[in-house]
Amino acid sequence: MQRIGVFVCHCGSNIAATVDVKKVVEMVKTEPGVIHAEDYQYMCSEAGQAKIIEAVKEHKLNGLVVCSCSPRMHEATFRKCAERAGINPYMVEIANIREHCSWIHKDMDEATEKAVILARAAIAKVNLNAPLQAGESGVVKRALVIGGGIAGIQTALDIADAGFPVDIVEKEPSIGGRMSQLDKTFPTLDCSACILTPKMVEAAAHPNITIHTYSEVENVSGFVGNFTVEIRKKARSIDMDKCTGCGLCQEKCPMKKTPSEFNRGLGNRSAIYTPFAQAIPNVPVIDRNACLKFKTGKCGICSTVCAAGAIDYTQVDTMVTEKYGAIVVATGFDMIKLDKYDEYAYSQSKDVITSLELERVMNAAGPTKGHLERLSDGKAPKEIVFIQCVGSRCADGRGKGYCSKICCMYTAKHAMLIRDKYPDVNVTVFYIDVRTPGKNFDEFYRRAVENYGVNYVKGQVGKVIPQPDGKLLVQGVDLIDNKQILKEADMVVLAAAIEPNPDVRKIATMLTASIDNDNFLTEAHAKLRPVESPTAGIFLSGVCQGPKDIPETVAQAGAAAVKAIGLLAKDKLMTNPCTAKSDELLCNGCSKCANVCPYGAISYEVKEINDHGIRETRRVAQVNNALCQGCGACTVACPSGAMDLQGFSNRQIIAEVDAICR
Amino acid sequence: MSTVNKAELIKEISGVNPLKCMKCGKCSASCPSFNEMDIKPHQFVSYVVNGDIEALVNSASLTKCLSCFACIERCPRDVKPAKLIDAARQLVIRQKGETMLSPNEIPELLDPETPQQLLVSAFRRYRR
Ligand SMILES: Cc1cc2nc3c(=O)[nH]c(=O)nc-3n(C[C@H](O)[C@H](O)[C@H](O)COP(=O)(O)OP(=O)(O)OC[C@H]3O[C@@H](n4cnc5c(N)ncnc54)[C@H](O)[C@@H]3O)c2cc1C
Ligand code: SF4
Ligand code: SF4
Ligand code: SF4
Ligand code: SF4
Repeated sequence: MQRIGVFVCHCGSNIAATVDVKKVVEMVKTEPGVIHAEDYQYMCSEAGQAKIIEAVKEHKLNGLVVCSCSPRMHEATFRKCAERAGINPYMVEIANIREHCSWIHKDMDEATEKAVILARAAIAKVNLNAPLQAGESGVVKRALVIGGGIAGIQTALDIADAGFPVDIVEKEPSIGGRMSQLDKTFPTLDCSACILTPKMVEAAAHPNITIHTYSEVENVSGFVGNFTVEIRKKARSIDMDKCTGCGLCQEKCPMKKTPSEFNRGLGNRSAIYTPFAQAIPNVPVIDRNACLKFKTGKCGICSTVCAAGAIDYTQVDTMVTEKYGAIVVATGFDMIKLDKYDEYAYSQSKDVITSLELERVMNAAGPTKGHLERLSDGKAPKEIVFIQCVGSRCADGRGKGYCSKICCMYTAKHAMLIRDKYPDVNVTVFYIDVRTPGKNFDEFYRRAVENYGVNYVKGQVGKVIPQPDGKLLVQGVDLIDNKQILKEADMVVLAAAIEPNPDVRKIATMLTASIDNDNFLTEAHAKLRPVESPTAGIFLSGVCQGPKDIPETVAQAGAAAVKAIGLLAKDKLMTNPCTAKSDELLCNGCSKCANVCPYGAISYEVKEINDHGIRETRRVAQVNNALCQGCGACTVACPSGAMDLQGFSNRQIIAEVDAICR
Repeated sequence: MSTVNKAELIKEISGVNPLKCMKCGKCSASCPSFNEMDIKPHQFVSYVVNGDIEALVNSASLTKCLSCFACIERCPRDVKPAKLIDAARQLVIRQKGETMLSPNEIPELLDPETPQQLLVSAFRRYRR
């Protein structure tokens, strides 16, 4: 028989204002097994925990129920407290009477009744709890970073500097991400490549960093401290060891009409290419869909001109399998597609471009060599209209519900840069709100208005109508003057919403990391654990977690690195003892459990079983405690009820349900 | 009927929740009749929020709106401003006790200013 103590927390007024805590104490006293019950203002405080320890000693308790906040908040606190009192930590149950009760009810009587019921359920469970011992598992002292944008690069550098080996997996031929496509960066207007390239070089040269470009993660197994990852290194068709990066192959390649991804399709590249001049590694790849040799078998010019003999048309994809203790996701973002926004004539006119395309147009290495010109006829524009919030803050099913956060600032940047370099060009920005929280951000925007004469119009554009003479008729509204505006523009720039890289769903599934409806990776706690995924050992860096500018991305990348380092620095991790266990007498060896186990924790053994005096050789399931994560999938899949989860046995759960329905 | 009730009625008839509006003005930017209107499309929404229904039902916009639904199509927040104007029209008609529209009545209602679209829209609503 258990000797249970029940401790009801007020949580200041968080619980006590809605739940009659004294009444809860009175009501639970008569529950089976309960020896002692009391309430206190803050159970988690030093004084609260001292009360628990005291009560354990005085009443010789061997089981505890704490009626308090969510176990996600303080289960660990009270388990440690139990240990200090000399009780097995798994003899503690939390009845969540805050999130599940006081915070969601208004009526005191109802809330109190529910609190009592939740307490009863927890008591019923503790009555069936047995002490459990946590095991230990080792930590592989190596980290994986998925995505080589500024977020991934920074995280890798920080982890590597702390002395741990890191691998970066980047799907493009070069690391650098979106930042490598930008021209100048707010709020200081320094050139993006000038501040990014040194970081890329540093990462490439770092003895602790291995970079796999043109590569993708294909499979992930294992668990925190011990992941096994399969990486596909796509065939580059170039021997990376031999290539000197001279670039002659790209020069001589006859297939120069392939739209350049790096230039957002505004310029062309050859079939053999490095995405941009400062690419890391500075080794080209052959785009086999564009290469003549691969399409027709003829050509082979690159191979002829390559003095290093680096071209290898026979290369195949290779697989690398590596073990990691921690994984950081840094898969970044892309702009949304604008096919649902026909009113802005994006697909009808070459002179309607996105902001990212403008970055390429303004860049000296871009399709126009940095000259601001109309892409239709190469003419210098005199009148440019920017439209903000294209596809952001939408509730109409066409765009995204969130604010993309960076567009107000980069639009101010674009407007200012244009006015600075081309003072005779008029710039009008249509905005809904200008959102510039950030150090020196509002000052930056105000400079665009006050010093550079950018015309900010509060209102939106209804439509852009391409005119026969090539001009763009912009029909917008000025809500301050309450006037409709018709303006002839030479160029229109759309600040399109950003969205997480669409691939991230696949990655999240492989990692069992959760993801929200917008495909942003979810953090473990929005405020207190913003760089960790709820899945242990998975960390989040950069825009894959939510819209961010570069300073925020870099800050978060460092934070994710610290969390990963904290994990890698440990020699052993305590494993969760709430693992599955099969009852050999009931198991019929059907393999159903192994088929559903996401962690490959179940194997089968043929052994002699003594079934009530009958000796038989049977095939029975065996759970590897180090691999089992206690997800419970096998327990529901097992048709004979042989699989049970320790700490969450079927009996315990039924007892809870019974107590609730009593 | 009090103003509060009228505002509620407009919301009920239109099915519009005006609080969804983020005051971007894209409706007014899209509206082909903007210059003919005294109360502009984005203001339909704020007039309902503020309960200023008298002004709305007496507004020239009731007849100037073409029911082209450009505002409905383009509103990023799915507010449907034209439905508010349509509801205001219904309010007027209901006050007069006329909830039906028969094709026979049309010729005498016509004046050269009335947009064709308005008739189409009226029939969508009232010919039940
Ligand atoms: C038009 C525009 C202008 C901007 N201007 C500024 C500015 O002036 N100042 C500023 O501070 N910020 C600016 N930003 C924001 C800035 O671009 C981002 O904050 C920054 O790039 C985020 O970095 P990231 O590493 O999180 O994502 P990304 O740069 O997107 O990097 C992600 C990387 O992961 C790779 N990847 C994706 N999926 C996979 C996968 N499955 N496997 C392997 N690799 C993968 C991608 O190829 C990419 O290299 C601007 C953004 C835009 C769109
Ligand atoms: S593959 Fe050969 S030709 Fe091309 S960059 Fe490398 S060394 Fe130069
Ligand atoms: S509970 Fe069962 S299915 Fe889940 S990880 Fe453990 S053995 Fe695998
Ligand atoms: S439906 Fe009426 S208010 Fe809306 S855009 Fe058309 S004319 Fe303007
Ligand atoms: S378009 Fe929609 S959200 Fe914008 S002002 Fe009009 S009603 Fe409001």
